[in-house]
Amino acid sequence: MKIVAVCGMGIGTSVLLKMNAEKVLAKLGIDADVEAADMGVARGAAQMAEIVLTSAELAEELGDVPAEVIVIKNFFDLDEITEKLTAALE
Amino acid sequence: MTFNLAEALSSIVTQADAADWRAAIRLAGDGLVAGGAATEAYTDEMIAAVEQHGPYIVIAPGIALAHSRPSPAVLTGGLSWVSLARPVEFGNAANDPVSLVIGLAAVDHDAHLQVMRALAGVLSNSSAMERLHAATTPDDVRVVLGELATAAA
Repeated sequence: MKIVAVCGMGIGTSVLLKMNAEKVLAKLGIDADVEAADMGVARGAAQMAEIVLTSAELAEELGDVPAEVIVIKNFFDLDEITEKLTAALE
Repeated sequence: MTFNLAEALSSIVTQADAADWRAAIRLAGDGLVAGGAATEAYTDEMIAAVEQHGPYIVIAPGIALAHSRPSPAVLTGGLSWVSLARPVEFGNAANDPVSLVIGLAAVDHDAHLQVMRALAGVLSNSSAMERLHAATTPDDVRVVLGELATAAA
């Protein structure tokens, strides 16, 4: 499974989101490759990914992609990430 | 996580006054400049990033991670810490108002990962964050961050 964490610059928020998503996936026992990407890279990477994790502002900017886009409000709330990833994977 | 985030901070400012989100980011930029992490041009780039992409840098309730991309304005890279006396609105519906701005400058996409891991550990620790929000001096912030690094070691 391929997951892309998207932010505007690819060095800050997406990296934090990737780290927390990996923690959650490990706990759920899901084998997934999580990539952090900036908006430019993400438009390409999102074509190949099954899930995109990002914030509300950037989800709008990303536009339509084949991947399921999950909007995370609090990047440090592992419960929120767990709940939304679990729902998406069902 | 044995890494002490305090050691990665170019500067720590507490109880700062900012009139709006631009001023708050500017304070975080000043901290990066003071520590030699980046030039003043990087501060403008951090503000431009929000103008371009919106207030998505408010990544958790009350916390903004001000940053732009690696550029010639980044010197050594680093982090700055600015806690605000009065929270300001960034325009982020989910997580406003912001009372802590962390400035981040990175020389490339990989060099700062250890710092980011430490930062993620701190920001996701709610009891530590309560103490950090309550910290009124830079030394208070350093003490809490130091304890976290020791506790995790």
